[in-house]
This record gives sequence, C-alpha cells and structure tokens, in this order.
Amino acid sequence: MRVIAAMSGGVDSAVAAARAVEAGHDVTGVHLALSRNPRSYRTGARGCCSIEDSNDARRAADVLGIPFYVWDMSEEFADEVVEDFVAEYQAGRTPNPCLRCNEKIKFAAVLDRALALGFDAVVTGHYARLEDSADGFIEMHRAVDHGKDQSYVLGVLTQDQLRRSLFPLGGDTKDVVRIEAADRDLQVANKPDSYDICFVADGDNAGWLTEKIGPQPGDIVDETGEKLGEHEGAYAFTIGQRRGLRLGVPAADGKPRFVLDIEPVSGTVTVGPKDHLEVKGLRCVKPLWCAAAPSETIECTVQLRAHGDEHRAKVVVTDDGFDVELIDPAFGIAPGQACVIYQGTKVIGSGTIASTRRAVQSEAQPERTAAH
Amino acid sequence: MSFARNLDRVYLDHAATTSIYPEVQEVMVRELGRLGNASSLHTSGRSARRVVEESRELIGERIGSRPSEVVFCSGGTEANNLAIKGLYWARRDADPNKDTIVFSSVEHHALLDPVVWLEKRENARVLTTPVDHIGRIKLDQLAQDIARDADRIAVLTTMWANNEMGTIQPITDVVEMAKPHGILVHSDAVQAAGYVPVNFAASGLDAMTITAHKLGGPVGVGALVIRREVKATPILHGGGQERDIRSGTIGVALIAAFAKALEVTTDRQAETTARIELLREKLVAGIRAAVPEAVINGDPEAGPDHRLPNIVHATFPDCEGDAMLMLLDAHGVEVSTGSACAAGVPQPSHVLLAMGFDEGAARGSLRFSLGHDSSEADIDRMVDVLPLVFERARAASLVRRS
Repeated sequence: MRVIAAMSGGVDSAVAAARAVEAGHDVTGVHLALSRNPRSYRTGARGCCSIEDSNDARRAADVLGIPFYVWDMSEEFADEVVEDFVAEYQAGRTPNPCLRCNEKIKFAAVLDRALALGFDAVVTGHYARLEDSADGFIEMHRAVDHGKDQSYVLGVLTQDQLRRSLFPLGGDTKDVVRIEAADRDLQVANKPDSYDICFVADGDNAGWLTEKIGPQPGDIVDETGEKLGEHEGAYAFTIGQRRGLRLGVPAADGKPRFVLDIEPVSGTVTVGPKDHLEVKGLRCVKPLWCAAAPSETIECTVQLRAHGDEHRAKVVVTDDGFDVELIDPAFGIAPGQACVIYQGTKVIGSGTIASTRRAVQSEAQPERTAAH
Repeated sequence: MSFARNLDRVYLDHAATTSIYPEVQEVMVRELGRLGNASSLHTSGRSARRVVEESRELIGERIGSRPSEVVFCSGGTEANNLAIKGLYWARRDADPNKDTIVFSSVEHHALLDPVVWLEKRENARVLTTPVDHIGRIKLDQLAQDIARDADRIAVLTTMWANNEMGTIQPITDVVEMAKPHGILVHSDAVQAAGYVPVNFAASGLDAMTITAHKLGGPVGVGALVIRREVKATPILHGGGQERDIRSGTIGVALIAAFAKALEVTTDRQAETTARIELLREKLVAGIRAAVPEAVINGDPEAGPDHRLPNIVHATFPDCEGDAMLMLLDAHGVEVSTGSACAAGVPQPSHVLLAMGFDEGAARGSLRFSLGHDSSEADIDRMVDVLPLVFERARAASLVRRS
C-alpha cells in the first residue's frame, strides 16, 4: 500500500513509520504543522508543534529513507480543535482536544487529503490494535500495553476510517518501542513522552483559557446554594476538580470540597463533598460507532476519561445517542468528555457526555445538565 | 563519489541552486588543498593571496567592475544585508536627514528582512515601490517618491531579476531617476547574473549583489560589488580583510571556484541562454498542453529587458502548490513553490501578493527553473506526469475546501 506516516517528531510515530516500511509499504512521512507560527523549540513536556519537532520527524524520515513533507493543517486545527476547545469550556463542558483532533484532523482532513493524493492509508504511532473480525469488519482493541493504550482517544473512528488506518505499535510496550528506536538509530529514541495539550503552552490550561477568553467573574457556592467566594472565570474549573478553588473558609465538616457543577450562563461554580460527585448514569450524544450501531441494550464497560478506569455498564441506544447505566459508579464526570464503550478489549463506539445522573441531588443544582 | 546530477531525477529548481560545473569543482578541490592564509605575509600566504586577487580581477572583468570593487562575502544574503544596512548607516551617519529606504515590493527575503529590521530597530522610514501584474516596478510611483523625498532617501534598492517570476526590472531607468539626486542605488543581481548580461559600471549602480551558486559555483561565497568611493558601515567586525567592509578569513578555494563559475557562465552565456530559452518554450507549451487551465505568469516577452530565460512560473487553478510539489517529487521531478517556508509551512508568497494574486492563486503556483544542464528529456518527463499530478492535487484541494 501507499501510506502516509503521520510523524510528530516523537519516538512512537517514528517507529510506527519504520514498521510500515519494513512491512513493505510505500511510505511517505508527513509532519502536521498545526500552528501557524510554530515555536522554535519544545517547551516543557511536549512532543509536537515546534520547529524542533518537525526537524526530529525529518531526521527520522532520513534514517528510514522515506520522503518527508510538512503538511499545513493549521487552519483546520484552529477551526476544528482550538476553537471547539474554547467554545466547550465557555459552555461549561470539559472537552478532549486529542479525540477531536483524531476525529477531525488526523483521520479526517489528513486521511481525506492522503486518499485524494493517491495514498491508501495513514499509519500513526497510536497504541491500539486493529484486527479483522469474522464478519468482515475491522475491530479496534486496546493496546497490549495498558499503561500506554490510546484506544480511548481513537474511539471516535468509524469503520471507514479504521479501514484506512494502521497502528503498528498496539502489540508492544513502550519499552520495546524505545529499544527498537535505538536499534534503528533513530535519534528520538530517548525523547520524553508528551503529556500536555499540544497547543497549551506549559500545560497551564486555566491560564491559557483566561488569556483567550478574558475574565468572566462569577460566584462559587456550596451544595446548598450558599455563596463561598468568587472566581475569575468558570472555564478555569472542571467537574471533580479539588485543587485551586482558593476558598478562604474550610467546609463546615472539614472535609475537602470538589467542583460539582459549572453553570455556564451565570458562571456559578458549585462545590461540595466528594459523595455528591458520584455518577450513576450518563446521557451521551454525537454517537460514533466503530462498526454497526448496537441495536439493543448491551452489557459492556465504559471509559470516561483518558487513562481512566473502566466501569461496568449497560448501554441503551437512543434516537440521538445512548444512555449509560453505570454498574460501577464513577466520580467527577464532566459533560463534554467522551464516553468510550468497550466489550472486553474491543472498542464498540463513543459519544460525548451531555449530562450525568448523580447519586446525590444537591439543592443548588438539581439539573446536572450543562446546556448542549 | 559525485553528487552532481542524479540521472533518475528531473531537476527543475535551478533558481534555488544550480549544478556545479565540473571544471569549477576541479578548481575548488585543487584549491582546498592549498595551505596558506591569504592575509599571511610569507610565501604560502602570498601565493594564496595571488589566487584570490586573480579571481577578483577575473570577476571584475566579467561583471564590469574594478577588481577593488568586488567585496567577497558568504553569499547573497550577506551581501544584501551589508548593502542595505551598510549603506543606510553610512548615509544616515553622514547626514541624519537621510532616514529613508526605498525598495520594491518583490524583493527576496534576504533583502526584505533586513529592510524590515532597519524599520523596526533603527526607525528607518521605508517606502515600498509597487509592481504591476507581471511583477515589474511602477516607475511613475518611484518617480513620485523620489521627487517628494529625494533629500531623505539614503538608499534605493531594486532587484535586477525576480527569483520567483523571472521578471527583469528597468535598472537603467531607476539609476537615471536616482542619480541626479545623489541617491545610492543597490541591486540584487543574484538571479540575473547567470542568465542575462550584467555590467556593473554600465548599469550606473552603486552596489550590486552576486552569488556563486546560481552560476554553477559553490554555495557559501558571493560578493557585494560596491563602487570605490561609496562608504558602507561594516556589519562583521574583525580583521578587516575585505576593504575594511567585511572581515573574516578569506576563503581561497570558494573564491577561486566562484571566479571559475563566472568565467564559464559568461563564456557560454549567449549559447546557454539561447538553448535554455528554447527549452523554456517547450516547457511552457508542455504545461499548457498538459493542463489547459494553467496560467503562465510574468512577462510573456523574452529578452534581457523583459524576463530571465530560465524561469517558468505557473498557476494551477483550484490546486495547492505544495501538494503538486510532493506528487511531482514522488515522480522524480523537482520543482519549487517559490515561496518561503516557516517550519515547512508554506506561506503565500509576498511577491505574488504584491503582484495582485489572491491567496488561493498564490498557493496554487509553482516555479519551474531551468539550468545549464537541463535537457529536453527533463521537460518530457515533467510534462508526462503533470496531468495526473494536477488532477490529484486538485482533488486534494477540493476535499480540503469541502
């Protein structure tokens, strides 16, 4: 096959490209320029988006002996990912921009462009496994290395996209990949992993949003509705957050307080005890299925954040999404996050959490639904 | 081992850098083995200096200057920086009223960026001369600027030939306008020197940039040709090797190779130019036949007052140049989008925008540039793959906009 290797400049995508070459594919390396004005050097624990990363990707391509180009996806990225990220926080939700990037950029804009240019598929360094099912579908499974598994952020991919994707790393651990990179003389073998959101400098989410959106002061209230303090912008908070509330007065019972709710219109942030965060059920919208949509109630597990726990659940498909009955309760679940459905290691599909049903209803915010 | 020309590749990017002549490579390798610093006083030093001075004389002879007017440096970017900063500072220091730089809107980044730097850092006043739709400067606008601001203009610069479009500027007219007012005139002749006759003295210029690697010489050496009585403030300070304007140990082998390249180029210029002009016609006809929608830009008329013989600039409607570049490369054909890149991110060319292109057309443009070793077979192979490449790149562009 003629394949595009999306090369971030990190070790995973370099080894994935190398394996695609070794598998006999005709591979072209592509680094995605996602920022109109890339920084010269990496800052902090980041692994893409700087000129240095672009150069690292180029050097890996040199070693592999494959052509290499930079594709300018900055406009698409700004429109589809960054703008959405800001809008979601402004609406009181907690978005996952990596999922969004996979859905709209890497396996959409990039893949579509590749197909139009005569390529057959895209290979990336994501940790997930693809398998042929008995009934002719491509199934996506969790990676062997559960610590590195990225099937959650790939849960937005549909069958058409999976058929055009290659994830050669899903069967190995990161250690093995790093050793292989060193054996292949790839300079990025010891490059640190990236963790933060790539477009947020220094991982300072709240600071970045504040700069982008500007101050939008509001009240902080407790679960009974009593005002405890004020804040500079509700977008700086995430449901389940404990740190950085900066409340002068401790709770009456002395127990730690958590963000329970964010009401985007008034900007009111409700805080309260941990047991108020317990979620029994979810409503999800914008469903995306890896194969055909399930037609009936399914027994499954769900994952509600990147590297989060699996919760046993029952999922019922509805007209515009699906409802989730959690058998194992979850805590601190925010609208906007993705709910990815698994059966065993297999990904069934995903949806965006629109609202949650709590075990304890507080008086201040009986509706646990952020406007969608 | 020779890297001179990979016969599997069709190289149509000679305006970026062109093939080194075998005889130039021979001179360079020979001179690299020579021991001696050209500034040393002993016998070895003097023999190295002799090579440099003979090269300087040869270059002066071929470029129409006195030998002493040739100031060697590292290449076009340095020569342009030295010209624009050096002349501006020298002029302004002598007369604080001279605070203005006039330059054309289609200059190469090696000139544009120092001008912008002077504007920001030195509070230089900058007047930009606009161009028409084929990239030629508007002389009436320039005349107005000169009439209004003659006393304030420290230096005026207009490139001899444009690197993206190949359009040749009316240097003689510019000099005639500026001279009566005592305005210093510089021209970046990097692209012109290999393909049209360039004579410094006859041009009336005060300073002129040339570089070796566009003439079949090595990368890393060029010259600012600058009239003897014109002062330039140095930007590199040190041993004062080149007329106290440019310091740095003299690169004997590079300079010898530069001189040889200019010698070979000028010896064969008439013949090479005629041959390349024919290839260019074939290339233009081939592009038009392969992609009837393509638009050939720049001055349609040939000749040293109109355009370079070696550059074809084409716009492919509803297409992205960088996608075409990639696909052509995959087919062994090497061209350029002609625009500057930041981390490989193509920015729409300021030259095309100045000529009135919209961003889409600027993005959908390619530069094909021929050189002394280009052949008919190169053009046949390019034209052969062009329709498929165009169709695919257009499909990719449509996907993007949908």
